[in-house]
Amino acid sequence: MKTFYWLVKREFWEYKGAFFWAPIVTGIVFLVLNTMGLILGEVFGRRTNWGGFKYNGDMHFQGSMSPEDLHNAGAGLDIMLYAIAGIILCVSAIVVFFYCLGTLCEERRDRSVLFWKSLPLSDTSTVLSKVFSALVLAPSIAVVVGVVVGLVLSVLIGTVASMHGLGVWSLLAEAHPFRVVLNLILLLPLYAIWALPTVGWLMLCSSWARSKPFLWAIALPVGAGVIVSWFGLMGMAGLSSQWFWANVVGRLLGSLIPGGWISHASTLEGLDRNNPAAMVDSLGLVYNYSALASPTLWIGAAAGAAMIAGAIWFRRWRDDS
Amino acid sequence: MTAVVTATGLTKLYKSSLALDGASFQIGAGRIVGLIGPNGAGKTTALKAILGLTTFDGQLNVLGLDPRKDRGKLMEQVCFIADVAVLPRWLKVGDAVDFVANTHPRFDRAKCEAFLARTKLQRGQKVKQLSKGMIVQLHLALVMSIDAKLLVLDEPTLGLDILYRKQFYQSLLEDYFDEEKTILVTTHQVEEIEHILTDLMFIRNGKIVLDTDMDSLGERFAEVLVSAEQAPAARELKPLDERQVFGKSIFIFDNVSRPQLEQLGEVRRPSIGDLFVATMKGTYA
Repeated sequence: MKTFYWLVKREFWEYKGAFFWAPIVTGIVFLVLNTMGLILGEVFGRRTNWGGFKYNGDMHFQGSMSPEDLHNAGAGLDIMLYAIAGIILCVSAIVVFFYCLGTLCEERRDRSVLFWKSLPLSDTSTVLSKVFSALVLAPSIAVVVGVVVGLVLSVLIGTVASMHGLGVWSLLAEAHPFRVVLNLILLLPLYAIWALPTVGWLMLCSSWARSKPFLWAIALPVGAGVIVSWFGLMGMAGLSSQWFWANVVGRLLGSLIPGGWISHASTLEGLDRNNPAAMVDSLGLVYNYSALASPTLWIGAAAGAAMIAGAIWFRRWRDDS
Repeated sequence: MTAVVTATGLTKLYKSSLALDGASFQIGAGRIVGLIGPNGAGKTTALKAILGLTTFDGQLNVLGLDPRKDRGKLMEQVCFIADVAVLPRWLKVGDAVDFVANTHPRFDRAKCEAFLARTKLQRGQKVKQLSKGMIVQLHLALVMSIDAKLLVLDEPTLGLDILYRKQFYQSLLEDYFDEEKTILVTTHQVEEIEHILTDLMFIRNGKIVLDTDMDSLGERFAEVLVSAEQAPAARELKPLDERQVFGKSIFIFDNVSRPQLEQLGEVRRPSIGDLFVATMKGTYA
């Protein structure tokens, strides 16, 4: 266990820029862009009477709002937090994609694998520490950074609003940042299970390819997809190329995209788009985890686990450094 | 002598070429063994087999374990320096020490800190900021603090200047080696390890062509400085090698009786380098 902790720590040392700084920089850029937008709105608002932030001075939001409206406003803020965390998670997904593709190939290319192999570290725990970094460490950092960015943005907007005499601070109090973080954290296991086939496939390519893992990882599934489509076009019986693209190519390459399991979750009934609070509730954990009932998810996870086992095998026996 | 490594019929086929061709040898505990061979003779493959880094045919026993099956257990007692360039470039000196201290059960942290204190290495420096010589100092400090039974060195001083090279072997001898430990080393800089070796193995085309300890090396091989008149007589004795220096001939003989040679001229022990050249004649032809 201690060894595993240090192995994950080692991944963090090596990929600190990718796991830690990439989401933070994205968050900062996001905040800067939004601040620029707010300033732009201010300037426009002052210059013209049209558009921008222009309110008549004595509007008191919370006073005129019913408890239900307040509740909905809070839910709206929650949705904003989810959305921003989602953006950061997408960035983290891209980073993790290239991490998985590079890590096992890179260590052979720069021959540092020979140093790690001179220590009593098993190939299994080494590869699993990389899987853990990709599926748990990186998304967790992204979630935390995402929610912090969301909160900072809320405060920014709140400040601008109060400059216009808009008391929105009590609205902010209606948001549930901790619940958002908790929900996102609780969604991470689902994300990990869902992303397994992509992580497994990329690591298998990274561990197997002598060079250019990127080319192999993309070319093999896409090439297979093209061939299947071609046979499909020729009218071979029982071949649905669409199914192949979605369930094989898509799952091998695209499962790191957050929320990819949505289409496999139970269908939403009576989703009221005009009622944010109800929407947030119906999009909750139970809804997301209903995707666990889909066999596709488990077949993908099993395939992912098998490919990770393959990556471990290749790390043990690949002899080209 | 208890054998640390026993190899029988070690064979490794790379695509079409034989890297190891039925090599058999034994390495005893408490020895410093030099494995010397021309480029492509199978040195590195042999080391990789011992370290469980590659597949092979034949029998190999390292510290009672099969490196193919029990690599995890084996690496607690075996350590190696593959090359000067294998420390990851992003690693910090301090982090390297922390990492090995927390993952290697036989690592002695205090020892390592003491070794590092004798160098200019700083905890916060990254490997990419270090010179090649300093990287080796770091690697050696880490490895010497591990209480391993077998240490394998593959060209450990390649590309280092002579100061670092001398220091490297001196540290190994003074601060590391004892009768409990065994060192297996390959290098092309034969002269530098000549005086520290206890055993010598020559490898050529995947076969062990010479396997001797240094004491019997002096008894078996002789180098004789022969004047021009006596050279034909010397050639009758089937020398391994002949070369000319200042109008005289230097012959190297294998297993020719001492009195016979002393009649021809001054007899001394050949250097490993000269013996190597004599043995490997025609390798690249």
